[in-house]
Amino acid sequence: MLFEGKVIKYGDNVDTDVIIPARYLNTIDKKELAAHCMEDLDATFVNRVEDGDIMVAGFNFGCGSSREHAPIAIKASGISLVIAKSFARIFYRNSINIGLPIIECPEAVDAISEGDKLKADMDAGVIYNLTTGDEYKAEPFPAFIQEIIATGGLIESIKAGKIK
Amino acid sequence: MGMTMTQKILAAHAGLDSVSAGQLILADIDLVLGNDVTTPVAVSEYKKLGLDKVFDKNKVAMVMDHFTPNKDIKAATQCKMCREFAGDMDIVNYFDVGDMGVEHAILPEKGLVVSGDVVIGADSHTCTYGALGAFSTGVGSTDMACGMATGKAWFKVPSAIKFELKGELQPNVYGKDVILHIIGMIGVDGALYKSMEFCGEGVHTLSVSERLCMANMAIEAGGKNGIFEVDDKTIEFIKEAGGKEPTIYKADDDAVYDETYVIDLSEIRPTVAFPHLPENTRTFDEIGEVKIDQVVIGSCTNGRLEDLVVAANILKGKKVKKGVRTIVIPATNKIYLDAMEMGLLKIFIEAGAIVSTPTCGPCLGGHMGILAEGERAVATTNRNFVGRMGHPKSEVYLASPAVAAASAITGKISSPEEVM
Repeated sequence: MLFEGKVIKYGDNVDTDVIIPARYLNTIDKKELAAHCMEDLDATFVNRVEDGDIMVAGFNFGCGSSREHAPIAIKASGISLVIAKSFARIFYRNSINIGLPIIECPEAVDAISEGDKLKADMDAGVIYNLTTGDEYKAEPFPAFIQEIIATGGLIESIKAGKIK
Repeated sequence: MGMTMTQKILAAHAGLDSVSAGQLILADIDLVLGNDVTTPVAVSEYKKLGLDKVFDKNKVAMVMDHFTPNKDIKAATQCKMCREFAGDMDIVNYFDVGDMGVEHAILPEKGLVVSGDVVIGADSHTCTYGALGAFSTGVGSTDMACGMATGKAWFKVPSAIKFELKGELQPNVYGKDVILHIIGMIGVDGALYKSMEFCGEGVHTLSVSERLCMANMAIEAGGKNGIFEVDDKTIEFIKEAGGKEPTIYKADDDAVYDETYVIDLSEIRPTVAFPHLPENTRTFDEIGEVKIDQVVIGSCTNGRLEDLVVAANILKGKKVKKGVRTIVIPATNKIYLDAMEMGLLKIFIEAGAIVSTPTCGPCLGGHMGILAEGERAVATTNRNFVGRMGHPKSEVYLASPAVAAASAITGKISSPEEVM
């Protein structure tokens, strides 16, 4: 999988309450969730995010509540990939399960700035910074996880007969 | 190589003699849980699989607790979706208004979780049941859907941090203070992906209620699960709840831990987590004057009978400060009834507090006590993230029921000693 997009960057411990505040959890409509994505941390996000953009953040991204609405909202907002120094474990699991591409790369996060253009090769685990010319090496997911994400998540994979 | 308590439970549920940290396993699960926020997503995913029943109608629990009694039409629609699915699937442990409670309070109360179980729940505080010596962890809705379909879940076997407790808590200090102290010490990602295993002689001095409170907040340190050694108090609790025969697992003497912390319970002081992370902990020598607008006593962390007794002992014969909205939420109907029979509700109401039907409500900024811009609350809940209880510019301070009750009386964050 290859992703290309511009960077929207946040700090450490971005929790699922700011990714999608609980007051909007009375729906499972993806578009409605996306309309409030990041609202309590960055009210400008929904207006400036463009399809394919890459979210970059610090340690413990997605900490807190288990709400799957959080990766769903990020994916539905148009974000193609999240790069973080580390992910909270439920968010990590949920992202794979719903098919939101994520990758851990602390070195990249330190070097990347808001607005940079990136290209990420998920199979090779390499992130290219097209703005600065740098490249960063990350640990790619094992093949079966890549396949779950590429197929669109766990349920789609089970339906497609890829997981038994 | 020796195994931790968590690793032993996981090995047994994966049909393996032993497992080690980092290993990927497929384990049988004893209970799959969801609530009115996470179940609708799970149901919508489940329907894509085209199945007409769940793997075991006795091993799925659904609790309508977050936005109930339904706060608006959308919440009502979500509950209706859960109710219909539970009906179609003949799910035995479906709890709705009238017999519900906050999920992590009601499941142990009903004897639905016992030592040695593996439980997954589409709610991050599912880690609560580790207090009973079970492996339980929070997952998302898709995992819930797949768990309901197959009765299995995949796990990466976690490594562990050992917390060896010794000594005994001083008066006015509770399990909540201990877990806040630990989160302050190791940080909100201090136990990321790991088990937090609580053992040592100090464990036996803690009530099961306090252990439930501590295991509940393992997730606030990033933990995969928090788990306590099983003792007579655990077994007695499970028996009283009418649970099935527990299976007791003990860590091997040569189990490997990433780190070991020795915690002297007698040194813990009343502790408060300042906004906007549970790791921002302070003791009263560092707090100063912080005026508050609201107090919430309740939640899966501190809404059990013992917590209400602590708060009532402080509020008895006193009045809450004018202007401080004090909201007491017994976590289950049984707790509500017990509190009523013990005269606690009268104490709260006479003090100027209100008593709500069980709900997660204000803890997640759902309803029943939302904060306006600039307002501050002392809450016995578990998270103080930005906007957690309402406006993004409101503030939540996490504390024990004793500190919360004392603060309600003074109108500022106060230690129980100030009012007793």
